[in-house]
Amino acid sequence: MNWVTSTFGSSIGKKVLMAVTGLAFCGFLAAHLAGNLTIYGGKDAFNAYAEKLHALGPVLTAAELGLLLFALIHILTGLTLFYQNFKSRPVRYKVNKRAGGRTLGSGTMPYTGLLLLCFVVFHLLNFSFVDKTGTTIFAIVSKAFANPLYVLVYIFAMIVAAVHVSHGFWSAFQTIGASHPKYMPLVKGIGLVFSLIIGIGFGFLPIYISFIA
Amino acid sequence: MSKSINLTLKVWRQKGPGVKGRLETYHAGNISTDMSFLEMIDVINEQLTKDGKEPIAFDHDCREGICGTCGCVVNGRAHGPEAGTTLCQLHMRHFDDGDTVVVEPWRSRAFKVIKDLIVDRSAFDKLIQAGGFVSVNTGGAQDANAILIPAEVAEEAMDAAQCIGCGACVASCPNASAMLFVGAKVSQLALLPQGKPEAAKRVNTMVRTMDALGFGNCTNERECEAECPKEISITHIARMNREFLKAGLTAGEK
Repeated sequence: MNWVTSTFGSSIGKKVLMAVTGLAFCGFLAAHLAGNLTIYGGKDAFNAYAEKLHALGPVLTAAELGLLLFALIHILTGLTLFYQNFKSRPVRYKVNKRAGGRTLGSGTMPYTGLLLLCFVVFHLLNFSFVDKTGTTIFAIVSKAFANPLYVLVYIFAMIVAAVHVSHGFWSAFQTIGASHPKYMPLVKGIGLVFSLIIGIGFGFLPIYISFIA
Repeated sequence: MSKSINLTLKVWRQKGPGVKGRLETYHAGNISTDMSFLEMIDVINEQLTKDGKEPIAFDHDCREGICGTCGCVVNGRAHGPEAGTTLCQLHMRHFDDGDTVVVEPWRSRAFKVIKDLIVDRSAFDKLIQAGGFVSVNTGGAQDANAILIPAEVAEEAMDAAQCIGCGACVASCPNASAMLFVGAKVSQLALLPQGKPEAAKRVNTMVRTMDALGFGNCTNERECEAECPKEISITHIARMNREFLKAGLTAGEK
């Protein structure tokens, strides 16, 4: 087992852990969004989707535990990297200027990540760990989004998620070594489109529920 | 056309390692735009010497962009604002009359300031000692064409081999990471048949040495490839990542 700790405990190993768990979250986001889009089919379609999902039982629990494990790895490794990188330059520059590599997404990864962690906790408390007896998920969601503050928080969180993903997606490919001048522009393009889909796709849902549905 | 400009310089002055330093302001008057940045510092130093003051200590050697000895952060940019050049290749024509220019040494936990703008880059030597070589048997030299290398592979290895070890990648990385330097060396040697027998051992040792020396972790900010005077691409970092995973997962050594 020595090779496991020495491989994944190294700087590159930690990056790989971030990349693999991060890409898994991209997959989760895509699936979550696809499920949420049933809202456009009406109240019954959305409730039916939620029921079908929960009917999966142990499969769903396993998936949730998997996500929790991945989240722990992503958060703890991310915080370790953040701390180590902060320490790696004890005397900082008086003048800081970008040379053109750093983007809004790449420069804010630890901060957008921590904001997303707060959001995930908030989101789970709102819609997951609530008493669902005698009510439907649609009723819970539409009640929450009747409050404009919730709508604003959710839209802001989705913008943050889009910024996080805009760097995370292509960066994950670079980290696992899947980088080549031939296909990297395509990966970067897909990453940008994917982050826009996440931002707009999720971000428009609270608006739709509170004002249109 | 040649002309002269006047600049205000703010230069990091520090008497020795571990001593508190600060930015000192100097007036650089009547500077020819044909001068290089280092020649401009030479002019300042001449005046400082005449005034009986300590001249600014800075590293330099070949002054033609191939030795990797020079390098400072000028207005927040490693080797100054021009792409693909070292500090000695930066000409004063890229500055305007009346500009304020802030000059700082490379900043990294692994590069300690020795004096003023000079930093100790022996961490790079330790990295090369850890694995930046190929072992060659003694005996009669074999025929030069005995090992076939496709031209594009040789070119790609050469792109990585252009690294002059100046340290601008570390200096410009928001995390003070040495991944481009190590990536270039690992990639160069992993591409060539001569480097393949030791590839797994090399990448493991070099990455572990890099971590132990106190460099930061790469977060794919791409500032290094933007500042590298030899414009070495981060695809070499990706190749090192591949080599490292391959070595970790499949190599015989534990």
